[in-house]
Amino acid sequence: MSQKIATRESYGNALAEFGSDSRIVVLDADLSKSTKTEVFKKKYPERFFNMGIAESNMMAVAAGMATCGKIVFASTFAIFAAERACEQVRNSICYPALNVKIGATHAGISVGEDGASHQTVEDIAIMRAIPNMVVLSPSDAVETRYAVKAAIEHEGPVYLRLGRLSVPVIYDENSFKFELGKGVTARDGSDVSIIATGLMVHAAIEAADILKNEGINARVIDIHTIKPIDSDIIVKAAKETGAIVTAEEHNVIGGLGGAVAEVLVQNYPVPVRFVGVQDKFGKSGKPDKLLVMYGLTASDIVRNVKEVINLKK
Amino acid sequence: MQKLDLINVKKTSARVRKHIIEEVFSASSGHPGGSLSCTDILTVLYFNEMNIDPANPKWEDRDRFVLSKGHCSPALYGVLAEKGFFNIEDLTKFRGSESYLEGHPSMKFVPGVDMSTGSLGQGISAAVGMALAGKLDKKNYRVYAMLGDGELEEGQVWEASMAAAHYKLDNLTIFIDHNGLQIDGKIQDVMSPEPVSNKFEAFGWKVIGINGHDYTQIFEAISEAKKTKDKPTAIIAETIKGKGVSFMENIAGWHGAAPSQEQRDQALAELDAVLKKLEEE
Repeated sequence: MSQKIATRESYGNALAEFGSDSRIVVLDADLSKSTKTEVFKKKYPERFFNMGIAESNMMAVAAGMATCGKIVFASTFAIFAAERACEQVRNSICYPALNVKIGATHAGISVGEDGASHQTVEDIAIMRAIPNMVVLSPSDAVETRYAVKAAIEHEGPVYLRLGRLSVPVIYDENSFKFELGKGVTARDGSDVSIIATGLMVHAAIEAADILKNEGINARVIDIHTIKPIDSDIIVKAAKETGAIVTAEEHNVIGGLGGAVAEVLVQNYPVPVRFVGVQDKFGKSGKPDKLLVMYGLTASDIVRNVKEVINLKK
Repeated sequence: MQKLDLINVKKTSARVRKHIIEEVFSASSGHPGGSLSCTDILTVLYFNEMNIDPANPKWEDRDRFVLSKGHCSPALYGVLAEKGFFNIEDLTKFRGSESYLEGHPSMKFVPGVDMSTGSLGQGISAAVGMALAGKLDKKNYRVYAMLGDGELEEGQVWEASMAAAHYKLDNLTIFIDHNGLQIDGKIQDVMSPEPVSNKFEAFGWKVIGINGHDYTQIFEAISEAKKTKDKPTAIIAETIKGKGVSFMENIAGWHGAAPSQEQRDQALAELDAVLKKLEEE
């Protein structure tokens, strides 16, 4: 459990692992060393194409290749994939529902020293608002490997949100079950539910441990598929625990918190608190320091859990 | 050696021009000017050049065409209907809420459309992707794209051009419909992309300049592009916006405007006269 691997690392390895399928093609925009697509490139150089520093073109080239039967992974930093090339993703990939997988690494503020220009906290909101798009946000290396496999098997556009920072491995490779669109109950509990995604899943588990010592049994739900969202697991959590805290390395506007709230208000409203970036840009700094500064730690989750439990009917 | 069936492409072009007028008139909206300027090239491509099968529009070895200037869908739909991809009668349902003939081409809904386009600058990139896939799969199909001259103002066109030359995509041929006009006026007044030929040459392309209404020149330029190795070809076609309808020619206002009943009747009468003359030849 103490092992730490960045999800981007697992992404590159998974591309190489599942890359024997000759339909798979990988594109990158001069960041293959950072996005880790170079692992695929080394194994299958003939199916790797560097598109240079031109993300908009890369997305529409990916679309064109997909019309010819290719399963195309197009990789760059999340900020450029979801935002610089947003309209290409929407019009050239999602509107015709083409088989392009966007491997978006370096999402969130845990990018660290590069600062706000490279730290998207909006990408989930933007990508999940586009029809036909599936949005995946795995929490650890094991889940990422399965997410890549699921993306290959899914026919249509997928946005895969990945991180730069090494994060703890949560799941056991052999026993883990990944199902697209289904949340994972990482911890069971009956007093409150913490619904988290990405690197905040581990923080949620830490929070549950802290809360347990204080006599609060928190359920932890890992939402690796933000779209289509697993309404059943969310409604069940609301019914059984009566209060929810969401946790994400993303703006509190439009991300996981928004998606969970959309499900709850239409099905079973309960008190909710959002742990996330409070509508601010990131900044330079060591990732761990930034996570503290921006309120993205286990103790932030604990504080919100205590608040939301007080609101329970 | 392939030959140009001149009389056939001439007649087909006249019929396609009639379809364009009917489509835009029926929809009370759409883009006749740029559709009429690229009609002759589309007709040569679809009726004399491309290896396609209307009965099997997704045939994997087919030649591809991307209408990067997607607003000129009336021309593409007219050509596809003439070719037998769908019923000619459907053309008058263009842009309707119950119709599959979307305002801008949709590959999901319209048989024969190889790429959904409409947002300028993106179609050429998709064509680059198709050409790259063709090279990877060692296929012999060719990829064509049609761009507007105003479209060259989109930065993505040059990203795509760089990539096409970098990957030596000699299976890719693009046409620039150089009619000199965009919505707000003359391209040199709005935002000049000139000199167009020099730009593509500097980006590493083979460049051929033609009169885009001269069928023989269109045919020969395509033949030359097919013989060109290791680089993509840009055919810069000098054209007349609104070509074939006297009162629409060279008027920017006809970029995105529908004719009245009277104007429609006049346009169709002019095109019928052209067809009648061709029948007599």
